[in-house]
Order: sequence, then structure tokens, then C-alpha cells
Amino acid sequence: MKHEANRTVDVLVIGGGNAALCAALVAREAGASVLLLEAAPRAWRGGNSSHTRNLRCMHDAPQDVLTEVYPEEEFWQDLKKVTGGITDEKLARLAIRESSTCRDWMRKHGVHFQPSLSGTLHLSRTNAFFMGGGKALVNAYYRSAEALGVRIRYDAPVDRLELDNGTFCAAWVGTERIAARACVMASGGFESNREWLREAWGQNADGEWPADNFAIRGTRFNRGVLLKFMMEAGADMVGDPSQSHCVAVDARAPLYDGGICTRIDCVSLGIVVNRHAQRFYDEGEDFWPKRYAIWGRLVAQQPGQVGYSIIDAKASGRFMPPVFPGAQADTLEGLARQLGLDEAAFVRTVRDYNAACRVGRFDHTVLDDCHTEGLAPAKTHWALPIDTPPFRGYALKPGITFTYLGLKVNERSAVHFGGRPSHNLFVAGEMMAGNVLGKGYTAGVGMTIGTAFGRLAGAHAAAAALQQGVEHAAA
Amino acid sequence: MQQLEILAREAAELAEGRVVPAGSALPVERQSGAESEAEVDRIMKICNACRYCEGFCAVFPAMTRRLEFGKADIHYLANLCHNCGACLHACQYAPPHEFAVNVPQAMAKVRARTYSDYAWPSGFGALYRNNGLTVALALAAGIALFLVLALVMQGGLFHAPVAGDFYSVFPHNLLVSMFAPVFLIAVLALGIGVARFWREVSPGTVDVLSGAAVAETTQDVLRLKYLDGGHGGGCPNADDANTLLRRRFHHLTFYGFMLCFAATSVATLYHYVFGWEAPYDLSSLPVVLGTVGGIGLLIGPAGLFWLNLKRHPEHGDAAQKPMDRGFIALLFLTSLTGLALLAGRDSGAMGLLLAIHLGVVMALFLTMPYGKFGHGFYRSAALLKWAIEKRRPNPVGVGSE
Ligand SMILES: Cc1cc2nc3c(=O)[nH]c(=O)nc-3n(C[C@H](O)[C@H](O)[C@H](O)COP(=O)(O)OP(=O)(O)OC[C@H]3O[C@@H](n4cnc5c(N)ncnc54)[C@H](O)[C@@H]3O)c2cc1C
Ligand code: SF4
Ligand code: SF4
Repeated sequence: MKHEANRTVDVLVIGGGNAALCAALVAREAGASVLLLEAAPRAWRGGNSSHTRNLRCMHDAPQDVLTEVYPEEEFWQDLKKVTGGITDEKLARLAIRESSTCRDWMRKHGVHFQPSLSGTLHLSRTNAFFMGGGKALVNAYYRSAEALGVRIRYDAPVDRLELDNGTFCAAWVGTERIAARACVMASGGFESNREWLREAWGQNADGEWPADNFAIRGTRFNRGVLLKFMMEAGADMVGDPSQSHCVAVDARAPLYDGGICTRIDCVSLGIVVNRHAQRFYDEGEDFWPKRYAIWGRLVAQQPGQVGYSIIDAKASGRFMPPVFPGAQADTLEGLARQLGLDEAAFVRTVRDYNAACRVGRFDHTVLDDCHTEGLAPAKTHWALPIDTPPFRGYALKPGITFTYLGLKVNERSAVHFGGRPSHNLFVAGEMMAGNVLGKGYTAGVGMTIGTAFGRLAGAHAAAAALQQGVEHAAA
Repeated sequence: MQQLEILAREAAELAEGRVVPAGSALPVERQSGAESEAEVDRIMKICNACRYCEGFCAVFPAMTRRLEFGKADIHYLANLCHNCGACLHACQYAPPHEFAVNVPQAMAKVRARTYSDYAWPSGFGALYRNNGLTVALALAAGIALFLVLALVMQGGLFHAPVAGDFYSVFPHNLLVSMFAPVFLIAVLALGIGVARFWREVSPGTVDVLSGAAVAETTQDVLRLKYLDGGHGGGCPNADDANTLLRRRFHHLTFYGFMLCFAATSVATLYHYVFGWEAPYDLSSLPVVLGTVGGIGLLIGPAGLFWLNLKRHPEHGDAAQKPMDRGFIALLFLTSLTGLALLAGRDSGAMGLLLAIHLGVVMALFLTMPYGKFGHGFYRSAALLKWAIEKRRPNPVGVGSE
């Protein structure tokens, strides 16, 4: 592998997730020689993409696994709504249109689709699910890339780039210099960089550093090394560096790679209290799929960054089964003891809540009329008293999915310096998703953006490399 | 050490005539059985919170109909799993992840336990555990038996060519009186084992056997649906690449075997109904069926053996390789010796070839209820249960996540 440093490739792809693989495949298909550098060892390849399950797709008629229609305009309106308008319409529409055609290409490279999973019926119209999930997708792409002759190196974290006035010259992995005619960066956000998260979330009034108590839902390799490097190199940035997508996960979730299964989905069926056994937010504000992403932040704002989701026997079987068994007791006191909560305070909170419940016709599939009266904060739907043992409790902590900070791009997915696009340095995936998704989230849009801009970046990088000829590579 | 102590204590208790508490008679085995079941339980809880693999096979949809996994559920799911490997390579929680999810391996370990736990007579289940040895012994015994018989009855292994007249070597009635009971007992033993399994996995339920459920099961079995990866592209073998080879070789083996079986059945009909005695013409139905089937039963097992050698080490349970390979080898030998007999039936070595072939077939019959042969029956039963259960409303009404 030594000689590689001396042989200039056409397109260097940095990263090993969905966006990187899409870029590598398209660049190779365009005839460029491609080298892909993945920071992770082979067993951990694929980044956060290997934890995904679907991508959001526009379609004007029912397709294999997608029901009804999901027209461009509706997709765009959905994006506009979740981002509160912090998006670039031109780029957003580009990704949306790409999503209506990319699946045949994905299939060609071995990705299989399946109808929406049980418990995700609400996504059957908008989201195409990967059979076996993102890891199966990543495996298929690597296999296809290898077959096409893309060279792949694992354990190859890039530390920095060599730039010349907005032009990419080479990347450095440790002491090794790897030159290329063009480059696509697709090395994810900075969600696994603990120090950076700490800085972004800051210190709270109690002197705590909330980010110290976060779980990272995905890979440990997305440390934002290139984001930081590019920021310092003067590249144009987008997205709020202090923001991240953050959900409430089981407090026993592993520090990294807990993925989807650590989510706790019973919040709206009961109450959530903090370490002092006090409620702090309306658990029944809206349907859970629309609300799950606010609970990470809500829990992060509580003392100790911990919350406790409390349900009774009536809720069991009504939500996706959690991965770990909850604490369970036949009395409220017993449950408080198990969870380490103050018994008297906990019992008082539950009794107050129970007394405030105005039960009408419980129906978890609509915004029903079961609500509380005279309670602060109120629970506005699905408010049933917690009175049927066994009682169960799940400790929650914040889990970071991804960060929003990214590099500014144009419709060629080129990196910009002072408003001017680089002609041979491109970026894709989480590293630029903030252009389209300045804040918020809607299921499947991360992979839509990564696939669309990965493919665009790969195509433009190949074009840049192949037109350019050999002289420039000497730089 | 602990096991020794338990055994010693039990021995003492038995000696003193005290009652041994139920379940402690086989402490070592029971414990490992409980452990492998606990592992499936642990993994199914992770999968049930994840569900990404729902499209691969029937195991995951069956799982989503449950929140808890009792022993019976675990035995059922373990036999529903075809060990295709798809969900291992796709798993975001597979080793080196700390969750160490390996569905096919956990299922395989329980599956082996179910074969031996439900075996009839009960004690014979132990034969599964040393299956490589069981097959080898049965083979040696079978061949030796017929060689000795030949020697005794003929006075030698070679003879003047008798134009394929098998019965001049071993009289027809002798063969029938040897094979028929062994075959019937084997079928009975296997039948009882599968029936016990069925009763355990469908306790107290009156299963409505709809025609549609039976038809679907038949299709799933005959087409080996669950080796297609859920998308038709096949399943992994050596690595994460999908291949249909396992399904194809399996089909060759299965249909080859069935053709050979048909050849024997037709010949039996000829003999008893029409009074036509072997040997039959090369163009006769029994010989054609046997030859075509025999070729399938050569290529199929050879292919399966080759795939088994290349199989990813994390697929299934390494401890069961001797059972798999022993069975594959036995099928291969059945066909090989059968074809050799056909080729050499006009020669002076016919008696020897016949003795060897009969010995191999005898070994196959003997080990049928206590070896890999049973997997098809247990799996078919599990598939039937799935076809029935999927037609009922889902008892677990988990709402949207
Ligand atoms: C649990 C979870 C579930 C999700 N589910 C979905 C979903 O269902 N649908 C959806 O659309 N989105 C989902 N997302 C978001 C989705 O994961 C991202 O939007 C998408 O994967 C981003 O792809 P990417 O290629 O940019 O980044 P990643 O897939 O994270 O890839 C980044 C790659 O870069 C490598 N890398 C990092 N630094 C370096 C370096 N310095 N040098 C070399 N390589 C480096 C990493 O090892 C990794 O391989 C989910 C995220 C999580 C955490
Ligand atoms: S095998 Fe792994 S990826 Fe598949 S459902 Fe189970 S936990 Fe999820
Ligand atoms: S190994 Fe194959 S058959 Fe078994 S559970 Fe996994 S996907 Fe299903």
C-alpha cells in the first residue's frame, strides 16, 4: 500500500458512509480512478449510515414499496416546516427531485427495499426502507465499489488537507500524503467529538456540562476533524454549531452506536419526571413521531441530564418494545425506590397528576380528549391516571443523532471560500446537510441529502479530475 | 467442578432413595439448554426494538407478534430460522458491537437442542450431540452387516456375473424384512419427535388448518423460500455477498433424494403389484428416476459440502458442523454407491457393490430420526405454524413508535 502515496488518483473520497460511497461509485462509473479513505476499521465501517433504515422519496405514483404519492411540493413544504425556513430552496428541491430517481441506481448497486417496518405505518407513503437496514446498504455499496475497482482503505483517518487557494492538492493521513486531482469530503458531523459537544452545549446554571452525559447514537468516528480544519482554512460554513439532533434514549444505552433500538417510545402514554420527581413538559403535546426529537433536549435541560418515563400496566403492549426491561414495581413507592427517586415527592407528583386527569375516550391514534386540568405543566392528550400496577419506569438520557454545522455548497456540491466555489473540492452528506436542513428533522431526509449530494459531488469531482489532466496533480 | 458436585449430590440422593427434583436429572444439559434459550431471548428483545431485518424471513415478523419469548416461542423461532446468515451481516449490533447480536448462531444452538429434546425415544436424543460419530458408526455397522451377510450367504464377495440379479445375492424377502421395519420405525420416531415439537410450540391452541396455510407452507418448503434472502437474490455464505447456490444445491439434494425415493417406490409397486422383478432395464422408470435422482444427489450434497467448507465462521453453530457434514456425506455416499451399483451390476463385483450400497442406505435409515435429516421436518412444522399464525390478527397492538 506504500506506493499509493506516489500514484495520483483522480478522485479521493474521504469518509466511508452513504454519502462517501455514493460519491465513490458515481465517480468510478464516470471513469475516474477512485480511492476511498475510511477512518474506521473494516468492522466498524459505514458511519451513521449503517444505523439508518430508510430514505425519504418523492414519487408521483405508487412505487414498489411506496404507497400513494408524495409530490415534490409536499416534500418541499414538509422540509420548510420542519426547518422553520432555514433551508435553501434550490438545493432542497434538487435533493427532492434526485430522490425520485435514485432508487433504481441504488438497486443497481445491490440495495434492496422493503415495505415500511411494523410500527412505522405512518412512513409507508413517504419513506423507502432498506431491507436489513443501513448496514446492508453500506455492505452492498462497498461490495459494488470493490467490484468496480474503487480502492478502499480502512483505518485511514484524514487529519488535514493541503489546499492551495481554494484548490485541493492532497490529504494527509498521519505522515502519509495522498494527492488527488479532486476530492469529495463525506466524513460526517462532529457528534462523536466529546470536547466539541461540551463546548457547543456549554455549562448550565448548576455548573454541569450537560454534554458529558450524552450518548452518541451513531459511530465513534465522526469527530469533525475535517469540519474543524475547513472552518480554520476559511471555508464558508452553514448551520448552527451549537445545535444537534437529540432524542431521549434509555439511560443504559452504550456511549456509542446504540442506534435505533435504545429509543424509549412510551413517553406519551405516561408521564416523565426529572431527578426531583417533578414533571417538566406536556408528554401528550402531539403524536410521538412528531415529538420524539424534542425530548432529548428537554432531558438535557434537566438536572443530571436524566428523566424517568413512567407508565402503568395499561400502557404495556401499546408502544414499541424497549430494548432493556424497565424498573417494575407493584407500588409507586416501590418504583420510586428502584429508580432512586424521592418516594414522597414521586408519589405526590403521580397523585397530583392522577387527580388532574379528565378522562374522556382514550385513543392513541388521534389527539384524544383525555387531558389534565389545573396541572402545570398540563398533559393535553392521552392523560390516563397511573393507577394500575405493575408500574414501570425507564431512565432516559439525551442521545445525539447528528450535528447541524456544515460547509456551504452550491448545486455542484462544491466547497466555497469567501463565496467562491472550489473547482475540485466537494463535500457531501452530513458535512453539508445544514444547507438543506438548517434545523429540525423529518425521517429519512439525512439519507436523501447524502444520496443526492453524494452522487452530485462524485460526478463533479470526476469531471473536474478527468478534464484537468495530469499537470495539476504535481502541485 | 460444580457439575461434578451436583452429580455427586444427586447420586447420593438417589442412593438414599430421596426424590430428585424434576429438572435436575440432567443438570449439565439442561443448563446449557437454558443458556442458549436465554441468549435467543436476549437477542430477540434487541431485534424487537430494532426490526430492521423484518424483510429477510419469517422469523422477524413472527417475533413482532410477541413481547415476551417463552421456551416454546424460542423453540418455534429457532426452527423457523433457516440459518441463511442475512441478518448477521446486516446487523448493526453484530460483534464487535457490545450487544453481540448473532441471530443465526443463537438460533442454531437452540435448534440443535430442540432436535435432541423432542427426539423419541427420549434417551436417543443424545445421538444428536455426537452426530458425526453416530453417522460414522451407523455407516460402519451397516456396511459391515451386509458384507458379512454376503460372505455368509455367498461364501465370498465376488461371484460370476449374474446380469444384475440382486436377489441372487440377497433374497428380496430378506431385504424387505430388514429395511421395512427400520424405515417404519425411523419414520415413526421422527413423526413422534415432530409431533412433540408441534404440541410444545402450539400449546392449547386449536389451530385452524386452512387450505391456504397448508398451501403456503408447501410452497415455502418446496421452493425453499427463505433461502432467497427476502429479495430473491439469495443469501450470504462465505461473506456478505448473496448467492443462490445454497438454495440450488439444496434443491438438487432434495429433489434428487425424492427421485431416488420415487424410484424405490415404483420398483416396489412393480414387484408387488405387477410381479415384475428387478433388475429393470436401463430405460425403465425405476432406473431412469434413480439415475436422474442419483445425479442430483451427487451434485447437491457435493455443492452443499463445498459451501459448508467456505461458510462464514460466525454463521450458525460450529459445533454442529460434524452433524451437517456427516449427513451430507451420507447422502452423497448413498447416491454414489447406488450409481456404482448400477454401473457395475453386470460385473462380478455386483455383490460387493450391492452390500456397500445397502449398508449406506441402512445407515441413512438408522440415523434418520437422530440426525440432520430431521431438520426438514421440524422446519416445515415451524413454517406451518407461521402460515397459520400470520393469518390471525396480531395480538401485539404496538402503536406507532
Ligand atoms: C441511530 C441513527 C439512525 C438514523 N436513521 C436514519 C434514517 O433512518 N434515515 C435517514 O435518512 N437518516 C438517518 N440517520 C441520519 C443519517 O445517519 C445521516 O444523515 C447519514 O448517515 C449521513 O451520511 P454520511 O455519509 O454523511 O455520514 P456517515 O454515514 O456518518 O459517514 C461518515 C464517515 O466518515 C468517516 N470519517 C469520519 N471522520 C473521518 C476522517 N477524518 N477521515 C476519514 N474518514 C472519516 C466515518 O468513519 C464514517 O464512515 C440516522 C442517524 C442515526 C445516528
Ligand atoms: S439482527 Fe440486528 S439489525 Fe436485524 S433486527 Fe436484529 S438487532 Fe436489528
Ligand atoms: S439467519 Fe436468515 S433465516 Fe435466520 S433469522 Fe436471520 S435472516 Fe432469518
